Amino acid sequence: MIAASQPRLRRNSQTLTSSWPTRISLVVVVLLLLLVIFGPLLTPHSPTAELGPPFARPSSAFPLGTDYAGEDVLSRVLVGGRSVILIGGIATVIGYLIGGVIGLVAGYQRGLTDSILMRGMDALLAFPPIIFLLLLATGFGNSLTALTLGIALIHVPGVARIVRTAALETSVRGYVEAALARGDRVRVILRREILPNIWGPIVADGGPRFTVSILLVAAVNFLGLGIAPPNADWALMISENRSGLTLNPLSVLVPAFMIAALTVSLNLLADQIARAHGSSVDVQAMRR
Amino acid sequence: MSEPLLQVSDLLVTTVAGDPVLDHVSVEVGRAESIGLVGESGSGKTALAHAMLGFARPGLRLSGGSVRIAGEELLTKSETDLRALRGRKVSYVPQDPATSLNPSMRIGDQLREICRIHGRQTETEEIIPTVLGRVDLPSDRQFQRRFPHQLSGGQKQRVAIAIALACDPPLIVLDEPTTGLDVVTQAVILQEVRRIQRELDVSLVYVSHDLAAVAAVADRVVVMYAGSIVESAATDVLVARPRHPYSRGLVSSVPDHRRARRLRGIPGVAPAVDDHPVGCVFGPRCELFTDACAAEQPSLVALSSDHWVRCIRSEDTPPPTSEPRLAAPGLAADMEPILRVQELVADYRSRGIPFTAVDRVSFIAQPGECLALVGESGSGKTTIARCIVGLHQPSGGTIAFDSRRLQPSARRRSLEQRRRIQIVFQNPYESLNPKRTIRDAVSWPARALRGCSRQQAEQEVATLLDRVRLPAGLAQRYPGELSGGERQRVAIARALAARPDLLVCDEVTSALDVSVQAATLDLLRELQTELSLTMLFITHDLGVVASVADRVIVLERGSLQEEGDVLEILRAPAQPYTRRLVEAAPSLMATENGLPSPADVP
Repeated sequence: MIAASQPRLRRNSQTLTSSWPTRISLVVVVLLLLLVIFGPLLTPHSPTAELGPPFARPSSAFPLGTDYAGEDVLSRVLVGGRSVILIGGIATVIGYLIGGVIGLVAGYQRGLTDSILMRGMDALLAFPPIIFLLLLATGFGNSLTALTLGIALIHVPGVARIVRTAALETSVRGYVEAALARGDRVRVILRREILPNIWGPIVADGGPRFTVSILLVAAVNFLGLGIAPPNADWALMISENRSGLTLNPLSVLVPAFMIAALTVSLNLLADQIARAHGSSVDVQAMRR
Repeated sequence: MSEPLLQVSDLLVTTVAGDPVLDHVSVEVGRAESIGLVGESGSGKTALAHAMLGFARPGLRLSGGSVRIAGEELLTKSETDLRALRGRKVSYVPQDPATSLNPSMRIGDQLREICRIHGRQTETEEIIPTVLGRVDLPSDRQFQRRFPHQLSGGQKQRVAIAIALACDPPLIVLDEPTTGLDVVTQAVILQEVRRIQRELDVSLVYVSHDLAAVAAVADRVVVMYAGSIVESAATDVLVARPRHPYSRGLVSSVPDHRRARRLRGIPGVAPAVDDHPVGCVFGPRCELFTDACAAEQPSLVALSSDHWVRCIRSEDTPPPTSEPRLAAPGLAADMEPILRVQELVADYRSRGIPFTAVDRVSFIAQPGECLALVGESGSGKTTIARCIVGLHQPSGGTIAFDSRRLQPSARRRSLEQRRRIQIVFQNPYESLNPKRTIRDAVSWPARALRGCSRQQAEQEVATLLDRVRLPAGLAQRYPGELSGGERQRVAIARALAARPDLLVCDEVTSALDVSVQAATLDLLRELQTELSLTMLFITHDLGVVASVADRVIVLERGSLQEEGDVLEILRAPAQPYTRRLVEAAPSLMATENGLPSPADVP
């Protein structure tokens, strides 16, 4: 029985790379990240210079054609992922840090602390995200900091709820009781005993959350309340060029495809990582 | 003798992957005969019980052989035909009545349903009072209108038996029907099952891991191991002189309060389903193993007309051990007690309603002794343990350790106090963090409580694992890769890492198989002697108490009933409650009327 089971790490990496969708999404995510990092070094033209007629069809000079202002679509695609991924990523991470701490404390302490914290989260949850962001934009103008923090705040209640449910379930296990009986500090118990056991669902939930962040950034940019032209941004490009969809379809389709590829593969990957992590908690049940 | 009622021959049950769960098993049950199927987890006993109804659990497949009841072959029947047959020709009493009864249907309706399915609705109003009466339940309308949740565990199990009796089947299969019930209830149910079997002349197949329970109801015992029958004999023959080394190990493992002796477990673990060893399946764990055993799987041979055994060395198998239990480390009577519990009161809140779990309990524990707290579920024994280790806040009374008063919460206690009191929990599947290696788990208490560096603490791991008889190589594994018995040993090693003076063991063996339980108890007793530990042993099992404890405290509904020397209390209980417990506890030494035969009295 024992001899048959393999060391855990090897088992994880095996499941992680054993299915084709996972392999593909892993490759796509890595490629997109490389693109975001090195893309600006590869641009054939300046992404913000008017170089030709608007909505020109692809040519040797402009492989993906030009956009509404006659800027090079390829160069703008190479540069335009940065804002989406950076703002989305930073916002998700901040949301996780705040929501995670609130959820851990609420789930572990229970009782009154739990009630107060979670009712606060319920109140936050009552705000429709887009309206919340639009309000922020009206208040602070096109501030990227405000946008990032706003998106982070949108994630806080959801993250807190998931982490709380998982912590609630884990904190009654025998190993946590053993730690309590040893008198381990709360910080130690959370770090040593609880966090490693709720990691799976948190990661699994991270994929969709990052996607939501990206879509929110894109939505705000599309509405023209985030990144302002002439800066290059995938979402902004869709918005700017939609009038020229028939003239140069690539000016809309390529940035749209980039967003889709990024979000779909991130989701697949996160699910797979969570599964390999041996999550015993049902994420789907917790999202409800 | 006429044709047997149930004839299972050459039955092959496999997993979907093709690994055999039952490997060509043949067994017969005569009319009005009661047989016991005994085996530990994974032995295939439940698969065999299911096959007797023509059923295989999802994931398993009835792949070959035959199962005949009164000449009718079950394995070739369609699901519809089987359904008509189940309940009428053979019925089944499942393990957990709490989940097998429909929670939204009244008791009477559930009984009526089975009569209707088998076309006996005209007789329903006579059948229901009769079967309820047979299992000693009231048969009035009032009772029939109750829902399962309004009944106690024992009553639910009786209802399940009543349903099984409703259509007068000649054969009843009972699958661990008393597991999870209190000892007193278990004893009553066992007696009732035996009485019903005699009165109605039905045949019984009683499946259990508990040899003592089986011995109380079965004429003949069939011992299963790793998917095969290893021995089959009349109950008294098997208990007195088992011929297969595994049966012998089982008999030696059963804790028995009528005979306080050292328990000897069986070393090692049973092979997994996908593991097909060549030769005798029990070989790797057998003391009598020789090269000849490795050659091929021995066949079942007859020692006498009704004693069959699957072992080539059955003549050499010694009788079950009866070593005296290990003596307690020398107790100095004039020593200060290490633990003094005074007037302890503890409450729980259940749905907002406070409920007193422990009511003014006082006792002391002397250094180096093993003190057992015994009681049924709800007696408050676990709550006392939780108060002592600082996991539950008492509402009154004091606990003093080494003459110093303990703070209610573990976190408020001094480092030294926390180090010296350690606990091992009931459920080995939950007590280890699945994301930490064994090395990490076992070394941590030394770091947290003794101020050792990581290197120092990890150097001790091999010694600690050796102390609990585990190979040092286990250190890099994760709990998920270990069996229940191994995990419980790791939990003990983790407690020992703190170098405790008082070890609280909360039902540490109740989730383990008997042979593993015996080995674990033996280990604890040895450790206690070697390390001069004081042990507080919480259990519901008097047999376990008899083999490990020096002194015992009997609890009922939160209050202390009786206290004293283990052997004296077990021999001559003073309180009626203790007497009931002692009489109800299953024992291999008990004869039919529940008393030890004169030959066994020392």
